[in-house]
Amino acid sequence: MLKSLSTATIAVTLVVGGTAHAEDITIAVASEVTAMDPHYHNTGNNNQIVGLIYDRMLHQDSNQQLTPGLAVEWGPIADDVWEFKLREGVTFHDGSPLTAEDIVFSYERVPNVPNSPSSFATYTSGIAEIIVVDDYTMQFRTNGPYPLLPVDLSTVQIVSSENPDATTEDYNAGTASIGTGPYKFVSYTPGESIVMEANADYWGGAPQFDTVTYRPISSDAARVAALLAGDVDVISGVPTSDIATLEDNPDIVLSQGVSNRVIYLHVDSRRVYTPFVTDNEGNQIFNPFQDVNVRKAISMAIDRDAIVDEVMEGIAIPAGQLLPEGFFGVSDNIEVPEYDPEGARQLLAEAGYPDGFRLTIHGPNDRYINDEQIAQAVAQMLTRVGIQTEVETMPRSVYFGRATGGDDGSEFSLMLVGWGSGTGEASSPLRALLHTRNDEIGLGRTNRGRYSSAPFDATLQLALNTVDDDERQALLARATEIAMREVGLIPTHFQVNTWGTRTGLRYIPRTDEYTRPTNVVVE
Amino acid sequence: MTVFIIRRLLQSVIVVAVMTLLVFAGVYAIGNPVEILISQDATEVERAAAIARLGLDKSLPEQYLAFLGNLLKGDLGTSFVFGEPALQLVLERFPATMELALSAMLIAVFIGVPLGLYAGLRPDSIGGRTIMTGSIFGFSLPNFWQGLMLIMFFAVILQWLPAGGRGVRGEFLGIESSFFSWDGISHLILPAINLALFKTSLVIRLTRASVRETINLDYVKFARAKGLRPRRVIGLHVLKNIMIPLVTIIGLEFGSVIAFAVVTETVFAWPGMGKLIIDSIFQLDRPVIVAYLIVIVCLFITVNLVVDILYAILDPRVRLSDQKA
Repeated sequence: MLKSLSTATIAVTLVVGGTAHAEDITIAVASEVTAMDPHYHNTGNNNQIVGLIYDRMLHQDSNQQLTPGLAVEWGPIADDVWEFKLREGVTFHDGSPLTAEDIVFSYERVPNVPNSPSSFATYTSGIAEIIVVDDYTMQFRTNGPYPLLPVDLSTVQIVSSENPDATTEDYNAGTASIGTGPYKFVSYTPGESIVMEANADYWGGAPQFDTVTYRPISSDAARVAALLAGDVDVISGVPTSDIATLEDNPDIVLSQGVSNRVIYLHVDSRRVYTPFVTDNEGNQIFNPFQDVNVRKAISMAIDRDAIVDEVMEGIAIPAGQLLPEGFFGVSDNIEVPEYDPEGARQLLAEAGYPDGFRLTIHGPNDRYINDEQIAQAVAQMLTRVGIQTEVETMPRSVYFGRATGGDDGSEFSLMLVGWGSGTGEASSPLRALLHTRNDEIGLGRTNRGRYSSAPFDATLQLALNTVDDDERQALLARATEIAMREVGLIPTHFQVNTWGTRTGLRYIPRTDEYTRPTNVVVE
Repeated sequence: MTVFIIRRLLQSVIVVAVMTLLVFAGVYAIGNPVEILISQDATEVERAAAIARLGLDKSLPEQYLAFLGNLLKGDLGTSFVFGEPALQLVLERFPATMELALSAMLIAVFIGVPLGLYAGLRPDSIGGRTIMTGSIFGFSLPNFWQGLMLIMFFAVILQWLPAGGRGVRGEFLGIESSFFSWDGISHLILPAINLALFKTSLVIRLTRASVRETINLDYVKFARAKGLRPRRVIGLHVLKNIMIPLVTIIGLEFGSVIAFAVVTETVFAWPGMGKLIIDSIFQLDRPVIVAYLIVIVCLFITVNLVVDILYAILDPRVRLSDQKA
């Protein structure tokens, strides 16, 4: 009796103590950051962490909708001019006030970071000129209509202009790591930890944790073990095979949320011959995927519900387009294609392949959740409708280079790939994956299947030049409908991410897959 | 002896040169790191710029010659991923790996030799048999699985020790190390045991076999007949003679423990070189891979040299200049 009473007292104390401040949190993530320089390497893994030390002009909330950041108001004042009103009274961690000059400096620094393996210049190159109207008003003149400017700016961190010559090493050491964000840099030990402390003067209110520690633990099993052992409070990327056991554990809370990542099959739909298709005797044949009905047959032969239930253990959502519902530019008129093996066989017969053909599907084996098993499941489903399909998977370091291929196009015929939409808009996958490849205007960069459709290209380009949000949204949905009708690629499912926290905490899932203390709720 | 060492060093230079060439060609054949590093939103122009920035637009021979030129100046290149000097990245993580390797080898020697000695002297006793059976487990259970079981048992169920990571370092005589703080040691125990299990089994089996062989030799019998105490017979005559194979194996294994602690470092999230190299291989970070392998080759060469010199000390019949190593 006495024992249970004291437990109750402790529980109450914990709850009271946990409501506001005075808590530390340790978060384990799967990958190591490559630098603390916010402009050095554009990867989700770096951005989720540096985004706590710095702010952006606009922020993306948990569902990647734009919210005010350092700018409180924004909008186009002409087709190629945007105006932003800055937030007043924002200070950097060193006490100096944020001015328009810091913002100009940050965007100018972006393309000039030495050795940067993946620069943020993609998001600033459309800016022709930045005009500082007054202390709190800025205008951006762009190269032509640029409706995506606010979204693109929501990915670029604003640094202090007090350190004009700061190098990536200075940011790693912390001497230049001065931002306006909710947490301040304390230390960065490569491969080991990143420590941050609360910025009590944050414009959005003091954050709820005093100290935040990030630890990279790449092995899934070890990450789960660290949570079970109480070494860490939050983990990302709980493996699907562990979800059932962890759900029964009273010390662990799991949270799940759909991500912006679609897993899809890219089909070589352009070339006359495609490397991994032969007839049943092994002789080369014309590329059957040039025929839209063959592509459609493949889509119909795939049992998306079975992939979700069996391979993903229920932790995924069947997909019929490139982003889940609720995102900007998603079409309400597209249904998930129905599983119809009979119909698929009939379409193949009508297209001139009554006995099917032979095919090899390629996929990575260390990139997406259960990627290798998905490729195997798809191969079995295709074999069932008469396309004798073999599977070849490989590590991502080999896979992606070969999937992109050289000047003759991809080395593969049918490949399993994924796309996460960093901007949270349908324009991101549409322009990269489906627009006719055109290096001059920077479209179709990742169109590995070389799908090319004039009506689609025209609709998308119109969307990309439409500043009005409602109109653009309708055009993007329309472009998606065209591409899905012509089966430019075959979406299978949207990835669902799982976070684990110790009991007493809960994680609010983010569609951008970030793991941040600002999404942790103390209960 | 000096001639021997000089010849060894010259051979090492050739080994390093051949190794770098192989790694260069190998990584080049696997693929282009820019495909993995660059953001998916990047345009073709930015992609080309990134390739040029990393020097990957040149042909393979050009890249290799540029590398050799820099190597002569002591520059092993800059990491594609981290943008920092590759050698510095590797050396930064060297102490963590050294701590782990040293602890593991100490455990292997101080547990393996006495147990092996016991099993060799009393091969038919229950204790001796138990030790030998136990050592089979050390051999045959996968390292990775052993590590997870250690974590499950000591970190998750008993909660005695942390599940991974490196603890707060203590300082002693200006040297910072996990050995000098309780937190550091508590983080070190599980990974060190994990890494030591296989080596301990190896040392046990080797010691036992050598003891069984030596114990029946004439000089041991003679020493006994002379009436020397068993402690002296074993401690001096037996032990000193079984040391040669042991030192060879311990030396080689010490090198391999440093170089290939990848599994343990991954399971325990230990921020050592093994974890760095595996991540670098996944990302095709060639400068780091090359720098790491150069460090490892140098390490093996040093270890082998030390082992050879130890031979000469342990066994006066060995003369280094005679060896065509």
